[in-house]
Amino acid sequence: MTQAKHPGLNLGATHPEAHESSETPAFGFWVFLMSDLIIFAILFAHYVVMQDARAGGPGPEELFDLKSVAMQTALLLASSFTYGMVSLSMKHHDRPAPVMLWLVVTALLGAAFLGLELRDFASMIDEGAPPQRSGYLSALWALVGLHGLHVTAGMIWIGLMLALLALRGLTAQIKTRLLLLGLYWHFLDLIWIGILSVVYLGGLA
Amino acid sequence: MRTDPIFGRLDWSVTPFDDFAADPSLNEFVATAAAAMVPLGALAVIAFLTWKRLWGPLWRDWLTSADHKKIGIMYIVLAGVMLLRGVAEGAVMRTHQVTALDGGMLSAEHFAQLFSTHGTIMIFFVATPLVTGLMNFAVPLQIGARDVAFPVLNQVSLGLTAAGAGLVMVSLVIGKFGTGGWTMYPPYTGKAFSPGPGVDYWVWAIFISGIGSTLAGLNIAVTIYKNRAPGMRFLRMPMFTWTALCTSIMMVYAFPALTVASAMLMLDRYLDFRFFTNDLGGNMMQYANIFWMFGHPEVYIVVLPAYGVFSEVSATFSAKRLYGYNSLVIATMAIAVISFTVWLHHFFTMGQGANVNAAFGIATMIIAVPTGVKVYDWMATMFRGRVRLSVPIIYLVGFFFLFVFGGLTGVILANPTIDYQVHNSQFLVAHFHNVLIPGVLFGVLAGIHYWFPKAFGFRLHERHARWAAYLWFAGFSLAFLPLYWLGLMGMPRRAASYDNPAFEPVMWVAAGGAMLVVAALLLTLWTFYSSARDRAELACPLGDPWDGRSLEWAMPAPPPPYNFHALPYVKALDPFTIEKAEGTPYCAAERYEDVELPRNSALGLWIGAASGIMGFAMVWWIWWLAALGALAIIGGLIARAFVTDTTRTIPAAQVKRDHMAFLSRVRRARPVDRDKETAPANMGLADPEVPA
Repeated sequence: MTQAKHPGLNLGATHPEAHESSETPAFGFWVFLMSDLIIFAILFAHYVVMQDARAGGPGPEELFDLKSVAMQTALLLASSFTYGMVSLSMKHHDRPAPVMLWLVVTALLGAAFLGLELRDFASMIDEGAPPQRSGYLSALWALVGLHGLHVTAGMIWIGLMLALLALRGLTAQIKTRLLLLGLYWHFLDLIWIGILSVVYLGGLA
Repeated sequence: MRTDPIFGRLDWSVTPFDDFAADPSLNEFVATAAAAMVPLGALAVIAFLTWKRLWGPLWRDWLTSADHKKIGIMYIVLAGVMLLRGVAEGAVMRTHQVTALDGGMLSAEHFAQLFSTHGTIMIFFVATPLVTGLMNFAVPLQIGARDVAFPVLNQVSLGLTAAGAGLVMVSLVIGKFGTGGWTMYPPYTGKAFSPGPGVDYWVWAIFISGIGSTLAGLNIAVTIYKNRAPGMRFLRMPMFTWTALCTSIMMVYAFPALTVASAMLMLDRYLDFRFFTNDLGGNMMQYANIFWMFGHPEVYIVVLPAYGVFSEVSATFSAKRLYGYNSLVIATMAIAVISFTVWLHHFFTMGQGANVNAAFGIATMIIAVPTGVKVYDWMATMFRGRVRLSVPIIYLVGFFFLFVFGGLTGVILANPTIDYQVHNSQFLVAHFHNVLIPGVLFGVLAGIHYWFPKAFGFRLHERHARWAAYLWFAGFSLAFLPLYWLGLMGMPRRAASYDNPAFEPVMWVAAGGAMLVVAALLLTLWTFYSSARDRAELACPLGDPWDGRSLEWAMPAPPPPYNFHALPYVKALDPFTIEKAEGTPYCAAERYEDVELPRNSALGLWIGAASGIMGFAMVWWIWWLAALGALAIIGGLIARAFVTDTTRTIPAAQVKRDHMAFLSRVRRARPVDRDKETAPANMGLADPEVPA
């Protein structure tokens, strides 16, 4: 068994059983992500359709703070990099400590991202732009908010993996789950790039 | 509206019982009697289980089982229960309609609830679980797998579907269901015009069960991709598995649209979002768009597995290789793809302009072509075959006549100019019943009769089942074909009353048909009962009562929990037929190995119950209970992550012992040829018909 049997990172230098056992979960999780992608795709399409449905309410020019958005982007991309470090330390060090360390860094970056996003949401409410204000704002909040919810779920998952790592160490099962969590985390990055391009940059272009 | 911190907007005035006490009319009597059926039915089941001391077996062997066969059967039982209610509602509506000239026995609101629940139930809680159940049961057996890819996720899918079905059932007793039809178009179903809990029942039932269906599709698709036996290449898969693959991929891609549509409606209703409202930039066309992005593929999601059943049935009961296997595969894939490009034909009249309508109209007509290919392939399979007119192939023949008619009216409706004339009329009601009943229901009934002996080890009574099939044909034809005529006369769908006396006699015919449909359903139930009663004389424990062609027929009936004593090596299509022709079926394996199976788990039940409770609490604004339900779901998932001991091992020695016992029973049995297929002598060992 030399070739990788799933489209993910090697789970260890030579660990054929781990490859075997993670093949189906990894593939299944890809399918799940594609299904999730449909949800985002529909919300993106809806956002584009509703761009002019402002009903006299505020639009991108008044609402978007590109500096904050740039910081959120930087934080999230950095967290994807640190998750890459999670995967690498899982592969090269067969002990949980470095993996846990990078997971904690990832979670901190994720929390900082969420903090900034929540601050933006709060200021939008202050500026009279809650989702109830217009069809456009409903679409905006739904799309960006769903991404934020996904990041929150990812944080809970990271916490769960930290607990499991502390309890059990790097078992094959936990390695598989870290692989899936990695797919999930990078997927959220990808969605964010879409939001950055379509919502923020597209809205101000 | 008044809300209580503990009970939300729930109080004693929500049941129909006190409405009946206040106003003892026929309308309220029907509502009250229907509402009484739910607790009475539940009580009867509880009493029966207690009396027969079945709680333990029910818990151990079914509710917590992760066995795909059990889960498949539970899906079908759930759908059967919901079918009873759906058919009963249809019969009540037809009865109402004969009285509906300038009035009618039911109130308009009651009638609207009836067509809304009827459609919701039939699509989401009958058709979808029926095909999901069949796929769950048959696919792993057909591809040589020991279970699905994610057995516990499979439980969760079933739990979520059952939770949605439970919410619709509860709505009968507590509160009222929405009146917006099964599609629940806003803005009518938005907060401004439907503030009550009715639409919320729909929203939560659909949201919860839709996620379950997405996960079920994912599971089956991954199973087919990853769990096929060695040698089972894609073009060696049985046709039913092919249709299951296409359906499950479609479920993965189509159901998210439903989840989004229902979640957006939810946000509009609970948090005053402006997705689909009339004011502040809301746009209901987006609902129609997103809903039908799911809705149209859904039609093919439920019909493709039925096509798969017909493919299996036409080959098996004609003792002939399936004609045009490759063309059927291509046609199935074509349907799966094109079905995502036709959704707009559901609202040609809603103003998107002639060119857009033309494009979607043409796509809609094109999708009839692969369907036509399939019909010809099945007919060619039967042509010069050694056809036995058993129940499954009787359904196929009925399908040929009735479904093709429905498909042709679909081509008529695909023309936007004609659609403008008959849109929202009874013509449409006739059309979609004409494809869904002969297509999906007949296909699934054929599949149930076909695989029932495999699942339970005894056949169904042929005579009763044949009469039931003929009754279904007659009942369907009388109940729905006249509606084409009514539609062309101008009668709108969903009309609680009408003022044209010319409609009335046709309504009588349709009502007569509805009674025949009820009779067909009862006779079908009686078939199950009488067959279970006479199971000794119908027994076919050796598992091959129909001279089957694919892997599932080579194992005993019911199959052992691990399905295959050893993973088969598949060399061609119809492997079992080839083995029988070569004289090498029923061989001992060279080597028996330990088998790992998923352990029982209560996770599916837990998630299902928690989401049902959460949905109910959200409908009634009982926020604390909803939060508790949500926490229970998350907690259940987290707790599951800490479980390591998820499999049990069946030792090789036991697998070998079971298989040897089976083989010696096969050696002692007398093979039965096709003339005696329905005789008690048919123990499930076939004397093979002409090879391949």
